[in-house]
Amino acid sequence: MSAPLAALGLFGDAIDFLLHARESRAGGTEVGGPGEFARLTWTHLQVTAAAVALAAAVALPLGLVLGHRRRGGFLAVSVSNVGRAVPSLVLIALFVAFLGVGFLNVTLALALLAVPPILTNAYVGVTQVDRDVIDAAVGQGMTDRQVMARIELPLALPLIFGGLRTSVVNVIATATIAPLAGVVTLGDPILSQGVYGDAGKLAAAIVVALLAIVAELGLGAAQRAVTPRPLRGSPGLPRRGRLFPTSPGKGLSTP
Amino acid sequence: MTHRAPRPLLLVLLVALAAVGLVACGDDADDGGGNATTSTSGGASPGAKIVENDANGKVRITIGSKNFTEQKVLGEIYAEALDAAGYEVDKQLNLGDEQTALKTLEQGQIDAYPEYTGTALLSFFDVKTEDLPKEPAAAFEQVKADFAKKDLVALPPTPFTSSNEVAVTKATADRYGLRTISDLSKVASRLTLYGSPECRQRLDCLLGLQRTYGLRFKRFVPVDLSQRSKVLSGGQADVSIVFTTDPQNKRDGFVLLQDDKGMFPPYNSTLVVRKATYDQAGPDLARTIAAVNAKLTADVVQELNARVDLDKETPEEAAEDYLKQFGFTD
Repeated sequence: MSAPLAALGLFGDAIDFLLHARESRAGGTEVGGPGEFARLTWTHLQVTAAAVALAAAVALPLGLVLGHRRRGGFLAVSVSNVGRAVPSLVLIALFVAFLGVGFLNVTLALALLAVPPILTNAYVGVTQVDRDVIDAAVGQGMTDRQVMARIELPLALPLIFGGLRTSVVNVIATATIAPLAGVVTLGDPILSQGVYGDAGKLAAAIVVALLAIVAELGLGAAQRAVTPRPLRGSPGLPRRGRLFPTSPGKGLSTP
Repeated sequence: MTHRAPRPLLLVLLVALAAVGLVACGDDADDGGGNATTSTSGGASPGAKIVENDANGKVRITIGSKNFTEQKVLGEIYAEALDAAGYEVDKQLNLGDEQTALKTLEQGQIDAYPEYTGTALLSFFDVKTEDLPKEPAAAFEQVKADFAKKDLVALPPTPFTSSNEVAVTKATADRYGLRTISDLSKVASRLTLYGSPECRQRLDCLLGLQRTYGLRFKRFVPVDLSQRSKVLSGGQADVSIVFTTDPQNKRDGFVLLQDDKGMFPPYNSTLVVRKATYDQAGPDLARTIAAVNAKLTADVVQELNARVDLDKETPEEAAEDYLKQFGFTD
């Protein structure tokens, strides 16, 4: 270990663990180093992507449609929250009976964890679209489908992305339990302390945290990119003020 | 519960084991040195009752254990035995993993807890798996010396060892004619092995099976430790890594393949006591522990685990039964 890393104590040791493979704590093999962590991270991302994609494929259309109809949402959101209330570890154990262990099992368990934020946010995002805007769109002759695609979806995007971000971060963090069900992710150094030691455990935790941060920032950037220009800006500002620039006093604007 | 062994049969088994165990504990009693309360070990029958010594009443001993069944049962046995010998006993039987337990012991919140020799060497004293002594006695001597440097006394270990085992179902064993781990070499490439996540990179697990036995399994699947028996009885695993004293081994009829190349290190359990407590407690402490240890063979411990894990007795009840059946208490 280099001197500056040594000065950082266990944290420095963990960084060193990421950079250089070393003999395992129990002996007999080499662990750590960029190669192994690249493999672990790749599997981690695969299972995360699969779980979030599956969850989004189910929850997004459902949330948009229920939001459009403005009914049934409460029930759907409540039911989906069960996925959040039951620990993923229990879900995995439950699925062992039907699916055995492996990628499918873990993906399904993590997808159930990912559904509630996506569904809730999509539903709420659509319902909070101003009725006047929809009425105006319908008055211009837009069909139901057009209203959903051109009005509700764009206006709900910031919240939809908020849901996705929450889900992705949840899943990245929870995918660390996957090695308990046959998928060797970044959770392996965390769970196999006897092999990786404290440094390996911390090293994996650092990588998981970095992944979560990168995902959060990346999705934030993506969200900005797909949000219609007039809607961008800090979320705290009143929307109406930006859509219809306030002109002092005159005109048709009601008090 | 129709597959349960009937109790009377078990009792016969236990008594038979006790008779064998006596040989071991006879030695321990001799070096005790003429104390009038020589009460516990080396008697002529399995019923070497623990005699209460009033002088022990001023010594308070807190027994700890880690957080799984076997440890809790051991903790209860020691606690109840020492209580019978007259000590003031407290219990702290859910201390998490070995690191937590050791820390608690060193800080003096507990006075003693049972630890496995292999675990202690690997986890506390940074011995590499390939350097672990293969002989239980040698492993214990090494552990004892290492603990002594920490002002801890390791009492003589149990006869049972609780190490990893390579398990297959009876059907699998019959189909491929498996008796030893070496027998797997012809068929391993067709079999799926299940083990804990750690197993993949441990010399006393998958890594050792590859190195020592040259086995190449079709697939290794890491699973939660708690699934180790279920994946085998449920048919997902062809081969699973279980523990010697797992109650399911007998009840589900698993075949434990013989470790014919001596790959698994010894995991006998030793009660680790703080030096100060050990000195204060006098000879009855070591004597009582040696006596109850002597009967703790793999079969007995497996049965005790079974009563807790499968029959839902509390560890306290199982320990009480154990002490009564062997005549340590009434």
